[in-house]
Amino acid sequence: MSSSLLWAVDIFGRVYTLPTVGQYWELCKDTQLEFKRVSAVKQCCWGIGCDHQVYTYVFSGDVPIRYQEETYENQRWNPVGGFCEKLLPSDRWQWSDVSGLKHQQLDSFTLPSPHWEWESDWYVDENIGGEPTEKGGWTYAIDFPSTYTKDKKWNSCVRRRRWIRYRRYKSRDVWAKVVSHDDQDRLSDPFNDISIGGWEITDEPPGRLSVWAVSLQGRVWYRENVCHHNPEGSTWSLISTPGEVAQISCGPYDLLWATLWEGQAIVREGIDRNNPQGVSWSTVESPGSENGIMHISVGVDVVWCVTKDRKVWFRRGVNSHNPCGTSWIEMVGEMMMVNVGLNNQVWGIGCDDRTIYFRQGVTPSELSGKMWKAIVCGRESDRSQTGSSTSLLSAGCFFTDDIQNQTNAIIQGDADTSSDTELSSIPTNFSSTPPMLAAASSTGSQAAAAPVNVTVDPLDSDTEAAAASAHNEKAHLESRKSTNPNPSAELQWTNIDLKEAHRHAVLSIGTFAETSSLSSLGMFSVGAEEQYGADEHALWAWVSGGGCLVDLHSPLKWFAVPSGLSSSVQSLSLSITPAQTAAWRKQIFQQLSERTKRELENFRHYEQAVEQSVWVKTGMLQWWRNWKPHKWMDVRVALEQFTGSDGMRDSILFIYYMYHEEKKYIHVFLNEVTIIAEVLKEGKHSFALYTPERTKQRWPICLAATTEQEMHDWLSLLTMSCCESRRIQGPPSHQAIWSVSCKGDIFVSEPSPELEAGPQPMPCDQMFWRQVGGHLRLVECNNRGIVWGIGYDHTVWVYTGGYGGGFIQGLASSADNIYTQSDVKCVYIYENQRWNPVTGYSSRGLPTDRYMWSDASGLQECTKANTKPPSPQWSWVSDWYIDFSTSGGTDREGWQYAADFPASYHGHKTMKDFVRRRRWARKCKIVTNGPWLEVPPVTLWDISIIPSSDADDEESVALWAISDKGDVLCRLGVTQQNPAGTSWLHVGTDQPFISISVGAFFQVWAVARDGSAFYRGSVSPKKPAGDCWYHIPSPQKQKLKQVSVGRTSVFVLDKNGNLWYRQGITPSYPQGSAWDHVSNNIRKMSVGPLDQVWVIADKVQGSHGLSCGTVCHRTGVQPMEPKGLAWDYGIGGGWEHITVRGNASEAPRSSAPSASESPTEPTGSEGSGRKGKTERSRTPLLVSERQEVDRNAVNC
Amino acid sequence: MTDDKDVLRDVWFGRIPTCFTLYQDEITEREAEPYYLLLPRISYLTLVTDKVKKHFQKVMRQEEVNEIWFEYEGTPLKWHYPIGLLFDLHASNTALPWSITVHFKNFPEKDLLHCHSKDVIEAHFMACIKEADALKHKSQVINEMQKKDHKQLWMGLQNDKFEQFWAINRKLMEYPPEDSGFRYIPFRIYQATTERPFIQKLFRPIASGGQLHTLGDLLKDVCPSAITPEEFCFSIRVEDFTLPWPISAHYILPPVFGGDKNGEKTTQVMIHGIEPMLETPLQWLSEHMSYPDNFLHISIIPRPTD
Repeated sequence: MSSSLLWAVDIFGRVYTLPTVGQYWELCKDTQLEFKRVSAVKQCCWGIGCDHQVYTYVFSGDVPIRYQEETYENQRWNPVGGFCEKLLPSDRWQWSDVSGLKHQQLDSFTLPSPHWEWESDWYVDENIGGEPTEKGGWTYAIDFPSTYTKDKKWNSCVRRRRWIRYRRYKSRDVWAKVVSHDDQDRLSDPFNDISIGGWEITDEPPGRLSVWAVSLQGRVWYRENVCHHNPEGSTWSLISTPGEVAQISCGPYDLLWATLWEGQAIVREGIDRNNPQGVSWSTVESPGSENGIMHISVGVDVVWCVTKDRKVWFRRGVNSHNPCGTSWIEMVGEMMMVNVGLNNQVWGIGCDDRTIYFRQGVTPSELSGKMWKAIVCGRESDRSQTGSSTSLLSAGCFFTDDIQNQTNAIIQGDADTSSDTELSSIPTNFSSTPPMLAAASSTGSQAAAAPVNVTVDPLDSDTEAAAASAHNEKAHLESRKSTNPNPSAELQWTNIDLKEAHRHAVLSIGTFAETSSLSSLGMFSVGAEEQYGADEHALWAWVSGGGCLVDLHSPLKWFAVPSGLSSSVQSLSLSITPAQTAAWRKQIFQQLSERTKRELENFRHYEQAVEQSVWVKTGMLQWWRNWKPHKWMDVRVALEQFTGSDGMRDSILFIYYMYHEEKKYIHVFLNEVTIIAEVLKEGKHSFALYTPERTKQRWPICLAATTEQEMHDWLSLLTMSCCESRRIQGPPSHQAIWSVSCKGDIFVSEPSPELEAGPQPMPCDQMFWRQVGGHLRLVECNNRGIVWGIGYDHTVWVYTGGYGGGFIQGLASSADNIYTQSDVKCVYIYENQRWNPVTGYSSRGLPTDRYMWSDASGLQECTKANTKPPSPQWSWVSDWYIDFSTSGGTDREGWQYAADFPASYHGHKTMKDFVRRRRWARKCKIVTNGPWLEVPPVTLWDISIIPSSDADDEESVALWAISDKGDVLCRLGVTQQNPAGTSWLHVGTDQPFISISVGAFFQVWAVARDGSAFYRGSVSPKKPAGDCWYHIPSPQKQKLKQVSVGRTSVFVLDKNGNLWYRQGITPSYPQGSAWDHVSNNIRKMSVGPLDQVWVIADKVQGSHGLSCGTVCHRTGVQPMEPKGLAWDYGIGGGWEHITVRGNASEAPRSSAPSASESPTEPTGSEGSGRKGKTERSRTPLLVSERQEVDRNAVNC
Repeated sequence: MTDDKDVLRDVWFGRIPTCFTLYQDEITEREAEPYYLLLPRISYLTLVTDKVKKHFQKVMRQEEVNEIWFEYEGTPLKWHYPIGLLFDLHASNTALPWSITVHFKNFPEKDLLHCHSKDVIEAHFMACIKEADALKHKSQVINEMQKKDHKQLWMGLQNDKFEQFWAINRKLMEYPPEDSGFRYIPFRIYQATTERPFIQKLFRPIASGGQLHTLGDLLKDVCPSAITPEEFCFSIRVEDFTLPWPISAHYILPPVFGGDKNGEKTTQVMIHGIEPMLETPLQWLSEHMSYPDNFLHISIIPRPTD
């Protein structure tokens, strides 16, 4: 579980944070300011300083906050000068916005505040709708305004081009003063309280926040336009109030309460997506007439308050429809203040002791909780910092034809994109704050940029802003001076280096402090004292839990004084746990094996006291019967395990059923089963068994149990028996093929060497898949055992090397590497309406219409009340809400219109539209476990790991990713020992990306959101992020959605399901020449290190049914025939994702176990080889029996 | 890499080669051959000696056959102790195979319990498991189980089915994630040298300060007779001090325990025929090295003086 932070201010104005996984209060990294109040959410914190100014503290994620400015240069053709700047008087401005209505010259763009910096100079965008333009980026049209094309025609009278420039928010991990451009007299009144929230109201724009503030004179202000790419917002708007406001509180959703000086509370009404400021106030009286409300705090649907006599009250009956609630209930305890955080959890500051209390037992069913529990955590000031933010700048795009040779010449030729230019321009506006690195120069020599945390303001905090900034300037100079002596320092990629850089920073602070005034020394001594004075009892003034996610599954460690250094043990580490390395453990293993030797070695000929016999597990299940009409029928099921004469254990599953009063049975040899998977069938606890035969038929044996527990018992036992009969145990090998089903279940298969063998490969319906715990949307691996996954909620997970988890517990699951994992996804239903002349749109449809509440197809009725989470493992975590992000767009109420059902929907009503629908979403969450650890904080969309065969263990491995916002990222420090890596390096792009893949020789290909492909030049181990992007036109009229690069092959997939192969790729011409069509009906693909091609295909015909989402293997792939010849069909349908990038084991002739395989590992090429052999030797007998049985089952 | 699961297997599949001989005074019709057998350490004598009984009954007259009992070097062997415990307690450090004498007469009423059928063993075994779960989970886990689960535990032991047994037993070895271990550790300490059958006390796996209790902590606390403070001396090897890195605990705390003034160890602490280090966390031991009855049976025996 990732950690989140509780924020608090002590009575000296120092800001501390307490991580949910920690045991110590940590002093805020930026200690220069003293604060009165803070209000935190996950990504940032706002505060009121002791100078009554508003500050915002934005965490440094690994992805920079960038904003793209754009403007258009317009030209008209005239017979004399050709295209020139002279436009007709009726024309638009020569420099304008996209509409042409607004005059925007390049120099009219200024940075909005001192917290921003330009990333580069202006440059021309040479991309129109996914297609590269001619050099210069001009697009042509007949006249303004019109449709622009990249080709100049005889009638092209006007042209325009787009200039872009990025600015970047630099004040991260520091308190950045929120600058007011508004007239100063309007804001002469200093701020007194602040509250942030409202992020659940809408996610458009991303990261939108409601920021509310109260001034000393009791006026309420709303900060406009606060969102992810504008963390400071733009202006303060005054919100009129019925009285003078003392304090305000804003919940995550639409709840907003404030207290008046007179002691009543006022409640904002009418807050919604279209009007986040709300409309009006209504008043709520205080619980008692003598004692007015002093402090208030709200959550999603709760309100807590403290009255002037310090009593704590809980408001009953508060919800979105009734934000005022019904009545007050008095709670136990006397508090200075209370604060409601995420999940309605509550914290308070005790009245007498100024201790922070946590309200225990707050659950959805018991919102008022059970009891107050004091948080007793020591304080330490640990200045070390994890994660680093590094970023490369956007470097434009090039014609593919220009890069036949290496790229240096071009780069130097183009001033806009040359990183040399960057280097010379950057130092002038170097940020003083987040450690950031300059771009690598094109020659490969890398310069270190000075880090650092030096917003040292040597003066008292009430210094005037101007003076402060002057001093900041000075601090900059100081810090630059102190770091400049090492200009040749290595580029600091890793955390360790960054820490050193920090030491530098502290040093420079120290020296600076000595030379500055006494008052600043005083400031520092506070900090210095803090490092040692951790034991003093803290007195708290303010607490904010708005960013603090208390998870029921990982208990807090806040309530006991930590003993010794135990907190260091808590650190999430993929390295071997201390218990495993402990000497006692080694000794037990050693002694046990010595004991076995001593007591058994010479006595093996003795008779065993207990003879092995057949073990049977029986039970009642339901079976999806083979004959029509298909339905569930009760069956008796028996699993028989027996030990063969060779000591091998085998199992047979019998299913006994009645057919026309006649007893019949089918049986399955578990060593033939290829997969056992949970399936969703009519809301039953059901699972499917496949054999190669059943895979061909697309008709598995489906069984259902009455309870989830019973199903898991069977699944666990059957899976274990299957693995046992195939002699598979322990973690998957590095070669393993990973896949994910549409349920999010993860399966892994050990490839036999025959799988990719020449003309006669092993049919892939014979592959055995076993489940690994966890829930993912996507999993990617390489052949060094590095495996990463991405959940439906875009959370990133790294594989720990364990096995089992989920329902697979006990013996088939490793003990140490299994962690809790959770995932969140949405369930969607549709509200459908038809127009009639009397009432307009109403929920009264035609008799032939679909259900008025339905699924996407309209065939299933799905109401809010009867729609359940996908399975009992899922639980709702939100209420139903209207989904505005449906493709096709919606109107302000979320409706999409169409002429009739079913049709294509659009977001606005026209005369011809007679029906409309809108999509409702509800979030649900699964909590399970598996061999996965979270890699916070960036959330991802796609990922790719380099398949490399000869890298040594220490060498870092190239891993590229796309964030869920479309940023391209490169993970640094990924090694076999540390598969999670250390930090992200941001690689600039001019538009969001959606897919990425890195081939065996560092060929990085990517697909942008507009459907075009890009190739990244000059990526190498020394230069992990490469230098620039080359735009590759996509196949004619197709928008691409996925790319995969193997050893040398490059395949892409377009949005219409076509698979394309890139022709003409050579080492000197890595971007290739043309696209070659390979296949259609493909949903997802994976190209492996042998250039093998595997896909998830739709519409695969089986003998009993059609399947969507089937694993398919391209056969006949040869060096001379990289596109292969035909498809071989494997497991499915219902498969979502596959990766074969671990399987670098060549065909049998070279299949000797590779040296890197440790001989003790039970699986791997050796194990699977044996598996193949036993299968073959057994097949003749079993096949004939089974066929007979199957015929019985089907015929009768 | 070795996995903790392997310990469970090793513990389960521990076997003691045994030679059964008939007591010399037993009256036989012809000479009785000794009988050799691999006894499962985790099982009970009367549960796994059907073959022995049959073997010796063949040479005896039917009227001479009474309840069978076993003895080793004059000590009657309690069938209700697991075999591994009996061996560790009475016969470790002796030559293998273990030589057990078989009796059919003169049942030592004051030393042994009667065992007329396997039901008696089952009752005893289930009683132990229930007692252990009372200590670990206030009986919550065992009470939530169904009758068939109880049966599966017993059948697993009786038929030597590791998977069958552990499919259920793992539930008994779980604990809530918010705790760091069981409520109390079910253990029994046996001393070869005392008359007292065994020591059993309430002992938590986690100290009040949050750190894990170790085997050493347990012995210090509940069995001080095996260890007196002045005897608990550290034998620090000189070379440890020349190490450039900090010396970790196991360097300065070798398993010297119950040592005499010269630092010589006088006792051995045995579980399943091995001597775990005293730093071994008790919770881990309980999860991995308990007998099927869910108890840690710890033997303290004099160290052989050779």
